[in-house]
Amino acid sequence: MTDFQPLWDWFRDLHATTGVKLTIFYDAFDRARFFNGFLTSVRLMALCIVASVAIGIVGAWVQGSRSWLLRAITAGYIQFFRNTPPLVQLYFFYFALGSYLRMTNATGLEVPIVTNFSWAAICLSLYAGAFNVEIFRAGIEAVPKETVEAAEALGYSGLRAYLHVILPLAFRISLPALNNNLVNLVKTTTIAYAIAVPEMLYVANQIWSDELNVTEMMNVLLVIYVALVGVVVYVMGRWERALRIPGYTA
Amino acid sequence: MLQRLAIAGIAIAAGIAISSPPLQAQTLDKIKQRSVLVVGTKADYKPFGFRDPSGAIVGFDPDLAKDVADRLGVKLQLEPVVSANRMQFLQQGKIDLMLATMNVTDERRKTVGIIEPSYYASGVNVFLNRKVGFKNWEQLKDQKICGIQGAFYNKYVAEKYGADIVAFRGQNEAETALRQGNCIGWLYDDTAFMERLADPKWAGFEMPLETILTEPWGAAVKLEERDGPWGQFMAKTIADWHRSGKLIELEKKWNIAPSAFLRKARAETK
Repeated sequence: MTDFQPLWDWFRDLHATTGVKLTIFYDAFDRARFFNGFLTSVRLMALCIVASVAIGIVGAWVQGSRSWLLRAITAGYIQFFRNTPPLVQLYFFYFALGSYLRMTNATGLEVPIVTNFSWAAICLSLYAGAFNVEIFRAGIEAVPKETVEAAEALGYSGLRAYLHVILPLAFRISLPALNNNLVNLVKTTTIAYAIAVPEMLYVANQIWSDELNVTEMMNVLLVIYVALVGVVVYVMGRWERALRIPGYTA
Repeated sequence: MLQRLAIAGIAIAAGIAISSPPLQAQTLDKIKQRSVLVVGTKADYKPFGFRDPSGAIVGFDPDLAKDVADRLGVKLQLEPVVSANRMQFLQQGKIDLMLATMNVTDERRKTVGIIEPSYYASGVNVFLNRKVGFKNWEQLKDQKICGIQGAFYNKYVAEKYGADIVAFRGQNEAETALRQGNCIGWLYDDTAFMERLADPKWAGFEMPLETILTEPWGAAVKLEERDGPWGQFMAKTIADWHRSGKLIELEKKWNIAPSAFLRKARAETK
């Protein structure tokens, strides 16, 4: 930490000379909590991206299954999560469902089994996952019927044809729409502040309540989110190009 | 209605045009012109500002706001605020006056125009689950403690005692989280716990720690108007509340435990 001391001092001088109050650099307590907030945000984003894509893949497969019960369950799941605001879902999970999922710990206190971070991860994954199912379904439907029939003619079972033929093609078609949804997901993680998950918006709110530097912290948040979303867009763009099959257009 | 829309439109425009210079219009003239005084009070802080069964905001602070409106001979409009937005509302001109249980701190003095004298005082305490059996502040280390976003002492307690503060937007959320065991205690103004201590619903909770950081509560106007006519009017009004015993009377009306601060302040006026 000592290596950065001149930089921290520079920000302290900046406050003294211009009034721009960036305590997240020169106040050790604020610096530590903002950094932790950043890590919590990134962790939440990464978890939700992976889980929601997995939900999308499984969901889209189940939607094409022969069992009407599985199809009905998936349809119900999509309707529920796509038609309600994510903030309402978060409150529902944390305050309503959370009050039933409790256990007694060593000191005899009733504590919740699922933490607020886990609820946020679960809820946001399910929320974005519902959209991903629809995105992948659209991709699957765009795969030419002849290709599927050719796979069946070659003796592929339903699941294997899905994994080896349909999904790889559908995935490429779905990528642009998936990009959009994941960018949205990254931004939606900020609502976790409502259930006191110490992610960036929550921490920034705490800091500006204590230091009254609302403008500075708003700008810091803005810059960081532009950068984070930029990273997601860049990685997805690279992936899209890497997966491109020359000559294959849907 | 049209006027309201116009005001809302202007408010939005003012919000967008961050770089535009602050309006120089005097609040006192503005209040008289529109015949309405807009006061920001809490709506989730029983008994200082809460909603009655009809939905109207009532309590200690709203009664004081009514008195200010009566003195000016205008109508009163109450605007519910929370700790995290009350100062911003004042700066933006969304409210003319803030009477929202706000502790006076040096940092806040630089941001809004805090009126002298103060009108009340509270300290900080923790409403703890009896089963935890804590006796001093040091035991809070690494424990999850619920709090309210925007309270000035969250950072102080986190830094000094190492408590893990889980702060929510309003009292309702913090209360629910405490009930559900998301935290073992709730860090807030001792005045907010007085009523709960007497409530059988909260029998499993206690306030065993010593109250710390007893700080006065300040009414506030815009910073640049603190020494202007509006700020001076409020300073005179509050001094009058102390002198006439209005504050002690309201304390009784709302069943608030008698505070030493008010008695001392009144004795000083004599």
